[in-house]
Amino acid sequence: MTAPATAPIPIATPGTTPAIELRDVTRSFPGPPEVQALKGVSVTVADGEYVSIIGPSGSGKSTMLNILGLLDRPTVGEYRLNGVLTSALEEDERAAVRARQLGFVFQAFHLMSRRSVLENVLLPMLYNGTPRAERESRAREALHRVGLDHRIGFLPGTLSGGERQRVAVARAVASRPRVLLADEPTGNLDQTTSAEIMALFEELHADGLTLVVITHDGAVARRASRRIRLADGRVSEAG
Amino acid sequence: MTEQVAEPTSTGRRSWRGLRSRLRIPARLRRRREAAAVPGVPPVHPADRFRFADLLGEATADIGSRPGRLVTTIVGTVLGIAALIATIGFAQTAAGQIARQFDRTAATQLVVTPTTADTRGGATVAAAALPWDAVPRLERLAGVESAALLAEVPLPEAVIAAVPVNDPSQPPTAPPPVYAASAELLDTVGGRLATGRFLDAGHDTRADRVVVLGSRAADRLGVHRVDTQPSIFIDGIAYAVLGIVESTDVRAELLNAVLLPTGTARADFGLRAPGDAQARIAIGAGPQLRTQAALALAPDEPDSLEVNAPDGRSELGQDVQADVNGVFVILSVIVLLAGGVGITNVTMLSVMERVGEIGLRRAIGATRRQIAGQFVAESVVIGLLGGLIGATLGVFAVIGISLVRDWTPVIDPWIAVGGALLGAVLGLVAGGLPARRAAAIEPVDALRGGT
Ligand SMILES: Nc1ncnc2c1ncn2[C@@H]1O[C@H](COP(=O)(O)OP(=O)(O)OP(=O)(O)O)[C@@H](O)[C@H]1O
Ligand SMILES: [Mg+2]
Repeated sequence: MTAPATAPIPIATPGTTPAIELRDVTRSFPGPPEVQALKGVSVTVADGEYVSIIGPSGSGKSTMLNILGLLDRPTVGEYRLNGVLTSALEEDERAAVRARQLGFVFQAFHLMSRRSVLENVLLPMLYNGTPRAERESRAREALHRVGLDHRIGFLPGTLSGGERQRVAVARAVASRPRVLLADEPTGNLDQTTSAEIMALFEELHADGLTLVVITHDGAVARRASRRIRLADGRVSEAG
Repeated sequence: MTEQVAEPTSTGRRSWRGLRSRLRIPARLRRRREAAAVPGVPPVHPADRFRFADLLGEATADIGSRPGRLVTTIVGTVLGIAALIATIGFAQTAAGQIARQFDRTAATQLVVTPTTADTRGGATVAAAALPWDAVPRLERLAGVESAALLAEVPLPEAVIAAVPVNDPSQPPTAPPPVYAASAELLDTVGGRLATGRFLDAGHDTRADRVVVLGSRAADRLGVHRVDTQPSIFIDGIAYAVLGIVESTDVRAELLNAVLLPTGTARADFGLRAPGDAQARIAIGAGPQLRTQAALALAPDEPDSLEVNAPDGRSELGQDVQADVNGVFVILSVIVLLAGGVGITNVTMLSVMERVGEIGLRRAIGATRRQIAGQFVAESVVIGLLGGLIGATLGVFAVIGISLVRDWTPVIDPWIAVGGALLGAVLGLVAGGLPARRAAAIEPVDALRGGT
C-alpha cells in the first residue's frame, strides 16, 4: 500500500480559512426555457459562523444550498469547502466529504419510517467511518442533546413534527460534521416547535458548529448571526 | 480467548489483500475501493469502512417489514425453483425405480431353445436341434461372457438311489430329474458349490460316469459329503458324486436335479440333442444378441431357434427420464423467468417508493455503488429466500408423492442446494435493473419530495 502521491492539503485551522467560499457561482438549468437559478453569487461563511439565507420562493435558495452540500455543481464559478476546491473532487470523493464534513436537515425531515429513532440517527455513521464502537454512544448522546432520550426506540411515525425534526438534527450532528446545512428546517413546524429547533441551532452554534440555514421566515432568519438575502439568483443584501 | 476471537478478522483481511495483489486489480479500481483519500479528510480505519456486512444489514433490514409484498415478490421464484427441483427429483426417483425393478440377473441371461411344432398326432416336437458345439459358437459372440448346454434327460421310470439295491419296501417316489450339462454351466448360471467340484470337459469327452447333485436332490438321496467318494445309482449303475451345488442365480430347478456330463448322457441314455443353450451376457447386450445368437447356432434357419434375451436397460431408463425432463424443465424455467421478472418489478417498485430514502442516503455520504449494492443484495436475498423455500417444497413434493406411490425417493442433496443458489443468481440478475435505476437517482431530485 503506497502512501498518497499528492501531499494532503493542510487542514484549515479554525478562524483562518473560511468554511465556505463561493466565487461568482452561476447555476443554470438547461431548458427549454433555460433557467439561471444563481447568477454570479459570491458568499463567504467563516468557520463557526451562523448564517441564514433568506429570499422569496424561486430566488435560488435551495439551488445554492445544494451546491454548498455537494449535491449539485456550479455551472460556472468556484466553491471551496474548508479551503478545498470542490470542483476537483470525483463523485465518490464528494460522497466522502458529505459523509464526514456535512450535516443536512431538510424541511420534509426525511426519516426512514420503518427504522427506530436510534437507527435513523445511526444511519450516517454507517457511511462516514465513525469508529464502530462509538456509534451507538454518539447517537444516544445526540438524542440526549435534542431532548429525545425517551423516544429512542420509537418509530418516526409516532412522533410529533417537532420531535421528528429534532431527530433529524440529532442525525445531522451525531456524525460530527463541520458544517450543518438546513433547508427550511421549520417549514413544516408551528411557531412553538420552530422556536425549539432554533434554540437547538443556537446551542450548536455556541459549540462552534458552522450553520447555514435557509428560510423565508424573517423571524427564523433573524436568529442567525448574519443574514444573506437572495433575490432572483443574486445576493441582494448581506450583513 | 479474546485474542483468538480477534484473530480471524485480521487474517481474513490479510488474505484478501494477498488475493487482491495476486489478482493484480488495476490501480484505478483499487483506488475507487478505497475512496475518501480526500484532501483535508483524514483516512478511515478499514474496520470502520462500509463493509459487506453493513450492506447486507441495510439490504435485509426492510425485507420482512412488508410480508404481503414479500410474498408477491417471491412467489414466482418459489414456484419455479420448486417445479425445477421436483422435476429433477422425480426424474431421479423414476430412474432409481427403473433400476430397482430391473432384475440384474435376468438382464444378463440369454436362453436359446429350438422352436416347437405340433405334429399331426398332437405331440409337440422340436422343429430343429441345437448343435453340440453351441458353447464355443456362442462364446465367440461379443457380449457373451459364458455359455453352457443343458438338456433334460427323460428318465421317468428310472430308479435313482444312493444304494445299489432297490428296496421294494420303500414307497416308490418320483426320481429326481436328470439333466445333461456342459462344464460351463456352473459359471453361466452363477452357481456355487456346497462341496466337491463340478463337471469338467474331460468327463464330457470320456463319458465318465460321474454326477453333480443339486442341493435338494442331494438331501433327498442322503448324500451330504463327497470326501467319502459316494455314488448314486441310476437303474443300478453307479455314478460317482463329484460335488453338490448349493445355489444358483437362475434356473433354480437345477437344485432339484442330478447333473450328468452331456457325453455320458449321450452314451448311456441316448440323448440326441441339447435341450437349450444358456448364456450369461453383458448388461445391455440383449437386443443385439437376440438375432446374433440365432444366426450363430442355426445360420441356415435362424427362425428355428427361439432366443430369449433381455431388453437393454439404457433405452428404458433414458426414455422415461428424457420425457419427464424435457417437458417439465422447460415449464420450470418459464416459471422461473416469470419469477425473475416478478423480482425485477417489485424491486423496481420498491426503488420508486424509496426515492426519498435513496436521496437521503446519497446526501449523507452513500456512493452510487453502495446504493446499487444495497438493492442488488436485497434482491439476491429475496431470490435466495425464494430458492430455499422452493427447493424445500420441491424436495417435499418428491418425498410426499413417492411415499404415496410407494417409490423410493431419490434426490441428490446438491440439487436442492443448487436450487437455492439458483434463486440467488436469479435475484442477482433480476436486481440489476432496479439497482441501476436506484444508483442513477440524483439526491437533489430525490430530496425535493417527501419520504
Ligand atoms: N432541476 C431544475 N431544473 C430546472 N429548473 C430548476 C431546477 N431546480 C430549480 N429550478 C429553478 O430554479 C429557480 C430557483 O429554484 P430554487 O429551488 O433554488 O428556489 P427556492 O429559493 O429554493 O424556492 P422555494 O422557497 O420555493 O423553495 C426556480 O425558478 C426553479 O424553477
Ligand atoms: Mg427551496
